[in-house]
Amino acid sequence: MAREAWITGIGVVSSLGEGPDVHWAAMAEAEHPSPNVDMEFTPPFGIHPMVPLELDKQIPKKSDQRQMEPWQRLGTYAAGLALSDAGIAGNLDILSHTHAVVAADGGERDVATDTAILDALPGAGNPASLLNERLTNDLRPTLFLAQLPNLVAGNISIVHKVTGSSRTFMGEEVAGASALEIALKRIGAAQGDIFLVGGACLAERKDSVLNCALGGVLWSGPHVPVWERIPKGGGAMLGSVGAFLIVEAREHAEARGARAYARLADVRTDQSRRRPGDVAAKLGRQLDALAPAGETTSVLSAATGVVPATAEERELLGQLIAAGRVDTVRATATMLGAATSATVPAAVGLAALAIARRGFYRPVDGTGFETPKADAPARIAVTSAGMWRGEASALVTAIG
Amino acid sequence: MKDHRGRPVVAVTGYGMVSSLGQGVADSWKGLTAGRSGIKQISRFPTDKMRTTIAGAIDYLWQDDDTAMDITMRAGILAAEEAIADAAIGTPGDFPGPLFAALPPAEMEWPYRRRLHDNAPAEGRDAYDRMIAAARRENDDYGFRHSLLGFIAEGIHEKIGTKGAPISLTTACASGATAIQLGVEAIRRGETEAAISIGADCSVNPEMMIRFGLLSALSGTNEPPEQVSRPFAKDRDGFVIAEGAAALVLENYDHAVARGAKIHGIIRGIAEKADDFHRTRSKPDGSAIIGAIRNTIEDSGLAPDAIGYVNAHGTSTPENDKMEAMSLEAVFGERMRQVPISSNKSMIGHTLTAAGAIEAIFSIKTIEEGILPPTINYNLPDPAIPFDVVPNVAREAKVDAVLSNSFGFGGQNACLVITGEPA
Repeated sequence: MAREAWITGIGVVSSLGEGPDVHWAAMAEAEHPSPNVDMEFTPPFGIHPMVPLELDKQIPKKSDQRQMEPWQRLGTYAAGLALSDAGIAGNLDILSHTHAVVAADGGERDVATDTAILDALPGAGNPASLLNERLTNDLRPTLFLAQLPNLVAGNISIVHKVTGSSRTFMGEEVAGASALEIALKRIGAAQGDIFLVGGACLAERKDSVLNCALGGVLWSGPHVPVWERIPKGGGAMLGSVGAFLIVEAREHAEARGARAYARLADVRTDQSRRRPGDVAAKLGRQLDALAPAGETTSVLSAATGVVPATAEERELLGQLIAAGRVDTVRATATMLGAATSATVPAAVGLAALAIARRGFYRPVDGTGFETPKADAPARIAVTSAGMWRGEASALVTAIG
Repeated sequence: MKDHRGRPVVAVTGYGMVSSLGQGVADSWKGLTAGRSGIKQISRFPTDKMRTTIAGAIDYLWQDDDTAMDITMRAGILAAEEAIADAAIGTPGDFPGPLFAALPPAEMEWPYRRRLHDNAPAEGRDAYDRMIAAARRENDDYGFRHSLLGFIAEGIHEKIGTKGAPISLTTACASGATAIQLGVEAIRRGETEAAISIGADCSVNPEMMIRFGLLSALSGTNEPPEQVSRPFAKDRDGFVIAEGAAALVLENYDHAVARGAKIHGIIRGIAEKADDFHRTRSKPDGSAIIGAIRNTIEDSGLAPDAIGYVNAHGTSTPENDKMEAMSLEAVFGERMRQVPISSNKSMIGHTLTAAGAIEAIFSIKTIEEGILPPTINYNLPDPAIPFDVVPNVAREAKVDAVLSNSFGFGGQNACLVITGEPA
């Protein structure tokens, strides 16, 4: 019998603010939840900007702050929030056997350096030589470390003293789901007792916006809720999110008297080739297990807004509602934006929060697909079809 | 068969490799045991104005207009196909288990960035505003796909037909070992009979060379290229970047025996320990490295005395080799002076993300063939490292258990204990 895994810490910071309480207030208690959107950063593409962070609270040493760029600071900061929330920050005994599984984005570019080089290259007699010279002279040594995906995990070890082990997964949304899946399975098989799992996405990165713009996956113009984008060509709005969870074996949590939000009951990941119908088929198979007939499951969908994936997912969820297996749905990206590797950890954290608060989030959807929910959810399934690849689902339940 | 903790035993039933010494495990091993170097002057791009101009590049796989991601994917697929054919498992395009792939991060490269910028409108606050405007017009998903961190694994996954979502991972220079650990854990949990673990890294491009150089990690010596990587020697002065890929088919031992598979070796122990000291340096007391080695030996169920050879991380940086030696002495004590230890990186350079997987295969070959690969370029012993580094020439030796070390920037330390067929 696999050991149970509990979610005992939530560290979340986003365009809505910092911490579970702030997110609950903004998404569940506010009568008319309204997203935080910046249309000036990279018009015509809006982003959900990160709120200002008081870095000193989680990364006390300025020398550590200087060794990171904003994306790594965000991840390291959110990881600290999760450790504090779980009550293990500074507990070196527990931290020495805490395993970090980080879903990472790529490192950010130095816009000023790249601009200077790109402006100089066309006039150069020998562009290759000039590029070598400028990179040698202009790149900061710290920038390279800040560009290594595994250095969020590295900084988490240095700043927060998480030293059981440290692994970094790469691969956008599904990497965040895989990180949770591996933690859950390792806990189940006693390959570890306590895990710090999460990711960070910084939307204020023109290099990220550029990459997505090349793929034609961005929503252009003013913000509208995710489901409303489907008939209008679809598209994602990037959102800054740092989201880390403490996932812990029940025995370990009980032994230290930890407060738990909810149980992480299941995580499933897959990766189709995205032929027509693939997203619905993969998520449908996962939800056959996670949202079976005879149970009422609520869904927090991490749909990005990119079609056809989001359209297929909406169709599938509509069928599950009609069949009585799902009562209602919320799209997390409407309020948080599309947050790459932080997407699934954030959605699972919000699911655990809703279970613990015995309530659910407000509908934010002009299409009427999201319907009000008055009673407490007993089971929340998180679904994620990535912008480009990866289909994943997770199940969060009340501790019984 | 179960191990000392009642877990399924994990066998290696197939392996594949591409390295600067050749394509395939056989050619790479032949070059390695001949003490041949795969390091040479970089010819793929102009190196003027660069401090370091040598690498262990795999030019035989290079195609014009490749990005690091394209050649890494090609190398990973070649290694995987060799490993799967060797294991005679599954059918082409249908591998019966998950993929764990240690890979470099995805990044847009300069030729593409420049082309985009040259075609962009002139107005805009900075180059990225201009390129974003160009991107909207071009709607070119090549650039998007090549920016996805999951891109390389996606290509390998679709080519060899692994099950579930592939996991791309990085623990910097420990990545290859981490990929193997994830596969071993999955089989020990009983959730799959087989898994394929890959390490692939073909990142020799101007910016990568310059970035590693800025960390003062690379040797500044360029001549003669084949003599620059000098692990454990007193005159070592940095590592040499290299390219390579390795794939291992991992399989539940009983499953392998039942289908009559050839068993190359057993992954007997795995463990990690993260360092909290510094981004590029180990704790001065070596405690994280020592912890990783001790935990791995403990996980294997063997006594430390059973380790008969160490396949070193041995990067040829002054710092790494000193810390590795000190940590090994802490674990093995006086006996370490009798345990042979060598660094494959003296010949193939540092293949970064791929190193742990490549060196795991060479560790298995050491047991299978009864030959210790040498540490070449060892002409000036470092008195602080009084070990038998198998200097310059390979030698025959019967080895039952190998410790393979991998340590990464960011404080990620991962080790493996590998043994022969238990029977």
